Amino acid sequence: MAKKQCKVVVNESLCKGCNLCIEYCKHGALRSSSGLNKMGYHYAEPSEEAECIGCMMCTLVCPEVAIEVYGE
Amino acid sequence: MKLKNKWPKYYKKDVSTHYCPGCGHGVVHRLVAEVLEELDLGKRAICVNPAGCAVLAYKYFDIDVIESAHGRGTAIATGVKRAKPELFVFTYQGDGDLSAIGTAETIHSANRGENICVVFINNAVYGMTGGQMAPTTLLTQKTTTSPGGRDPQFDGYPLHITDVVAQFPGVTYAERVAVNSPAAVLKTKKAIRTAFQVQVDGLGYSIIEVLSPCPTNWKMSSIASHKWIDEVMSKEFPLGVLADRRKRG
Repeated sequence: MAKKQCKVVVNESLCKGCNLCIEYCKHGALRSSSGLNKMGYHYAEPSEEAECIGCMMCTLVCPEVAIEVYGE
Repeated sequence: MKLKNKWPKYYKKDVSTHYCPGCGHGVVHRLVAEVLEELDLGKRAICVNPAGCAVLAYKYFDIDVIESAHGRGTAIATGVKRAKPELFVFTYQGDGDLSAIGTAETIHSANRGENICVVFINNAVYGMTGGQMAPTTLLTQKTTTSPGGRDPQFDGYPLHITDVVAQFPGVTYAERVAVNSPAAVLKTKKAIRTAFQVQVDGLGYSIIEVLSPCPTNWKMSSIASHKWIDEVMSKEFPLGVLADRRKRG
């Protein structure tokens, strides 16, 4: 089975680190960053361990429209 | 690869909101902007803002917005809609605005069956002023003005304002939804679209109550506040359609 090509991008300047996207991502494709953004939050960032499958759950719960998902 | 979720047309691009992390306002703002785009209402939409956390919503919606005095949102919306019936008019109000100081306006505009939409954000506290007890605060819930928990002997009971107005024959559509999971967000969007369609079809008053998390004033993490809506708040305020009179003709 061909692997789905998807990519999740978090706008780090809008993210406030509420971690809701990380909670609702069942594939572990997002994680909390170790660094801080300019507002002083640990923003969400794509995880290297798991790949995004493009289910869009993170974009539904994100209060800041900070997440973009690219896919086929 | 192409972008799967494009930025809502009537939501100002790349503006950081003043809301706290995990606040439900951002989600509902986005849903309202998406529904305005889907129904092609942005060019003739007027939003009436409340006093409360959403007071700065005019900074985020890329549509015309009127700032109302505290609680007077539906009164202003009535005036706009009666003067210019071709416009699409909706109010965006919180529980301190709509169900406390604005109770009279809310009840009478609903009873008159004005052809407007009301998006009512219920987070069970006064958010902007620092988490004081609101009429919608749950029993035993701790706030800064009910530090021992809300006591019905002293503070009364939570006010179910949407259930009250849903009884009026002038109200065409009333529904209570939440934004505490991806599925709930989709349901909320559907409810907002239904309510907006009611006004487009000229059928009358519609109100959507959204149970929205306020992690800062509930003193919880954003994830715990989602669970609290599910386990506690939606028991006091059951979700579902409270009135649907679209078919009366």
